[in-house]
Amino acid sequence: MAPTEIHGDVRTEEFLLNMGPQHPSTHGVLRVVVRTDGELVLEAIPHVGYLHRCFEKCSENSTMKAVVPYTDRMDYLAAMCNNITYSLAAEKLLGWEKLIPRKTTIVRTLLFELQRIASHLMSVGTYGLDVGAITPFLHCFRERERLLEIFEEISGQRLNYSYVYPGGFQYPWPDAINKKIKAFLVYFEDRIKEYNELLSYNGIFVERTSGIGVLPPDMAADYGCTGPMLRGSGVARDLRWDQPYLVYDELKKEGVFQVRYYGDRMPNPADQMVKWELGVKGDCWSRYMVRAGELEQSRRMCLACLAKLEKLTDADKEAGAVSVIKEADKQYLAPKGQEAYFKCENPRGELAYYLVGDGKANAYRVKARAPSFNNLQVLTEISRGAMVADLVAIIGSIDIVLGEVDR
Amino acid sequence: MISLLAEDARPDRGTGILELVQLLVKPETYDKWAPVLVPAASLAIILLFLLPVVATVFPMFAIWLERKVSAHMQSRLGPMEVGYHGWLQTIADGVKLLAKEDIIPGGADKALFVIGPVITLAGVFVMLAVLPLGPHLIPADLNVGLFFLAAVGSIEVLGILMSGWASNNKWSLFGTIRLATQLVSYEVPLGVSFVTVTALAGSLSMQEIVREQHGWIWNWFVFRNPLMPLVFIIFYIASLAENKRAPFDLPEAESELVAGFHTEYSGMRFSIFFLAEYVAMYVVSAIGACIFLGGWHTGIGPLDHFLQGSRGGWGGEAVSLKVALLANVIGVSVVFAKAWFLIFVQMWLRWTLPRIRLDQVMDLCLKFLLPASVVFFVASVAWEVVPWEQLCRSLPLAERLPRAIVFAFYSSLVGLWFKWFWSTFQVPLQRSVQEKPWVTSGAFTT
Repeated sequence: MAPTEIHGDVRTEEFLLNMGPQHPSTHGVLRVVVRTDGELVLEAIPHVGYLHRCFEKCSENSTMKAVVPYTDRMDYLAAMCNNITYSLAAEKLLGWEKLIPRKTTIVRTLLFELQRIASHLMSVGTYGLDVGAITPFLHCFRERERLLEIFEEISGQRLNYSYVYPGGFQYPWPDAINKKIKAFLVYFEDRIKEYNELLSYNGIFVERTSGIGVLPPDMAADYGCTGPMLRGSGVARDLRWDQPYLVYDELKKEGVFQVRYYGDRMPNPADQMVKWELGVKGDCWSRYMVRAGELEQSRRMCLACLAKLEKLTDADKEAGAVSVIKEADKQYLAPKGQEAYFKCENPRGELAYYLVGDGKANAYRVKARAPSFNNLQVLTEISRGAMVADLVAIIGSIDIVLGEVDR
Repeated sequence: MISLLAEDARPDRGTGILELVQLLVKPETYDKWAPVLVPAASLAIILLFLLPVVATVFPMFAIWLERKVSAHMQSRLGPMEVGYHGWLQTIADGVKLLAKEDIIPGGADKALFVIGPVITLAGVFVMLAVLPLGPHLIPADLNVGLFFLAAVGSIEVLGILMSGWASNNKWSLFGTIRLATQLVSYEVPLGVSFVTVTALAGSLSMQEIVREQHGWIWNWFVFRNPLMPLVFIIFYIASLAENKRAPFDLPEAESELVAGFHTEYSGMRFSIFFLAEYVAMYVVSAIGACIFLGGWHTGIGPLDHFLQGSRGGWGGEAVSLKVALLANVIGVSVVFAKAWFLIFVQMWLRWTLPRIRLDQVMDLCLKFLLPASVVFFVASVAWEVVPWEQLCRSLPLAERLPRAIVFAFYSSLVGLWFKWFWSTFQVPLQRSVQEKPWVTSGAFTT
C-alpha cells in the first residue's frame, strides 16, 4: 500500500502515475514515473533506454566514414551539428585540421547555425504545444519547412543529412543556395517578432512558465547541464565563445554575438563573463527565452557567414569545391592509441566525441557525450513540488531528444 | 417540461408557441384542442427543427468551421478533399467513427462506461429546450428558464464524472477530477451573472428576458448599465470554462493527460462526447446571445418593434400568419448570427492562447471572477435603482442618455481595439507582399 500523509483533517494518498513511453508530450520515448499527491508532483524519475541502438558499439565496428549516418540518428533534430562535431573530432584524430579549406570551414559554420535555427524552431514550437498553444507550433514549422527545403537542396535529405564528412562534404557545396539562404534569413527576421508576440510575451504563457522548474546555477553545473539549460540559469558558458572552433573566433571579433537579457534582474554589464543570450532566473521561461533569443543570434551569424563566403577569393572557392574525402578515402587510418576529444556547442548543449585510433579504418573506441542525457538528469530535482501540468512544461523546457539520450 | 407550457401561458403576453398555434388553427378548434396542440407544436419544433439542425447540421458545420479557422490561423488550408473546401469532411469522419470497433476496456465498469456519454449528451441537449429562437419559436418557455439552464447544465458534469471514473484509467481520473473542480467552481460566477440579468429583466423566463431588450441596440442587457459589459465578460469566461474550451481545456489537456476523461473512449462513444462539446458550444453562445445580446432582436428600433408586434397580444393588433412566420425567420437568423459570432470568438481564443494551469484556473475563479461578479451584481442593481428618468429629464435624449453614453463608451472602446487589431495585421501583410520569398534585394554588410 502507498504510504499515507495527513494534512489537517484531509487524508491524502500518493498516486503513482506512469507517464510514457507513449505519451504525447514526453518528446519521444521517455518514461517518467511520477509520484503525485493530487496534482502535486512529489517525485518524477525519468527512465531512459527505450531508444537504445548501440550507437557507440556500432561505430567501433564501422569505418570512421561510415559512422556519420549513425550520428544523424542521435540528435535527429540537429543532424547537421552532429555530423560536423563528429567530423571535426575525426579530423582532429586524423590530423587533418590544416587540410580543410577555408570555404569548407565557413560553410560548416553556416550549416551549424542554420541547423541551430531549425532545431530551436522545433523546440520553441513544441514548447508552445506543451503548454497548450497549438498555433505557434505550426508557425514555427512553416519556417522550419523552408529550412528543410534548403537542407534538402544541399544534401538530398530532409532530416538525416549525412552531408558533412571527415575531410569535407558528401557533395560539393551548391553556391546557388547562398541566395536562397539569405532570402530566408531576411524573411525570418519578422517571423521571430511574430513568435515573441504570439507566445513569448503572452500573459498566460509567462504565467505558466516563469518561476517553474527553477534550476540554480550551481546545481546546473553539478549535473553537467549545458547549452540553453545552463545559460538559462545565468551561467555564461558557450563553447562558441570559450573555445571557438570553425570561424566562431572571427564572428566573435566582428561582434556578431549579441547581448540580451531575459528575466527580472539585469546582470551587471561590466561583468565580462556575460556576453551572450542569457536567462537569469533559471526557470522554464528563461530557458525558453534563451532559445528564442538564439534564433536571432544564429540568424545574424548565418548572415555574417554568407558575407564571408561572398568575400572569398576565387582560389579559396575552387579549393573548397573539391571534397577532401575522395582523395583521402584510403587514409582513414588513425594511429593506434591516438586519442581525440572534440566538443561543440550543439543546440541542446555540449556535444562531444571521444575517439581512439586503432591503426585501422575504424576507431578503437567511439564515445559520445550527449547534452540531452546530462540535461535530463536534473528533471527529478527541478520538478519536485511542481504540478502535473508544470512537469510537462519542465520536460519541454529541457528540450530533450531521446535519440541522443539513449544513443 | 412540455406539460408546463399551458400553465405557463399568461393571458397578457403569452408564450410564443401559443400565439403561433392560435394563428395556425381555427378559433373553435383552438379552444377545444389547445392543451394538446401547444405541446404538440413544441415537440414538432424540437423534432423537425432543433434535432436535425442543432444535432446534426450544427456540429457538422461547427467542426468544419473549427478546422478551417484553426487552419487559416496556422497558415494551412485544412480539409480540402471531401467536397468543396472539405465541407463534407465531418461526414466522412463520422462514417469512420461509426465503422470503428466498439471497445470497452476490460477493467472498466461497463454500465457506467456506456451510459456516461449518453448522459453527457442528454444533459446538453435538454438545455436547447428553453433557448428562444424567434418571437414565437421556443420549445418550452419555462417561467424558470434561466434557472433550468443552470440546473440542467450540471448534468453534463455527472455524465463525464461517470465515464471518467468508469474508464479505470489514471489519466481519465485526473481529467475527471480536474473537470469536477473546474465546472463546479465556474458555475458560481456563471450563476451570479445569470442572477444579474434576472434582476434587470425581472423574470427568469427566457422569452421574457429577450423581450425586455426590445428597442434600439443600447437596450440590450450588455449595454444596459456601465457594469453589464463586464458581467458579460465574466459570463463569457465562465462559459468557456464550463465548456472546457481553451484556455480552460484542462480536463482533456492533450499534452498533459493524453486525452483526459475520454482517453479510453473510441469510435462512436468518443464522437458522442465530441458532439456534446460542440452542441454545448452552441448552447452557451445562444445563452449569451439571448440574455446579453438581445436574442432575436436586431438592435434596430423599428425592426424590433415589428418583431415584437408580430406577437399578436403584445402590440394589441392581430397579425397574420405570414407576418408571424417572417418575424420568426428574421428572429432565427439573428439568434444564429449572434451565437455563431460568439462561437467564432471561442474558436479564435482556442487557437491563440496557451492552456492555464489548474491552480490558476481556481485562482481566476475564486479570487477574481467570483468577487467581481458579486460586486457587479450589487452595483448594477444599485444603478437600476437610481431614478435616471427624473435626473436626465431636462438633458438631451432624456432618460435614454445614460444608456446612450454607456453604449457610446463601450462601442468606441471596441472600435479602438478593432482599429489597433486591424493595423497589427496590415503591416506584416504589406511586408510579405514586398519581400517575396526567395527574392532578395538588400545586400548584407558586416
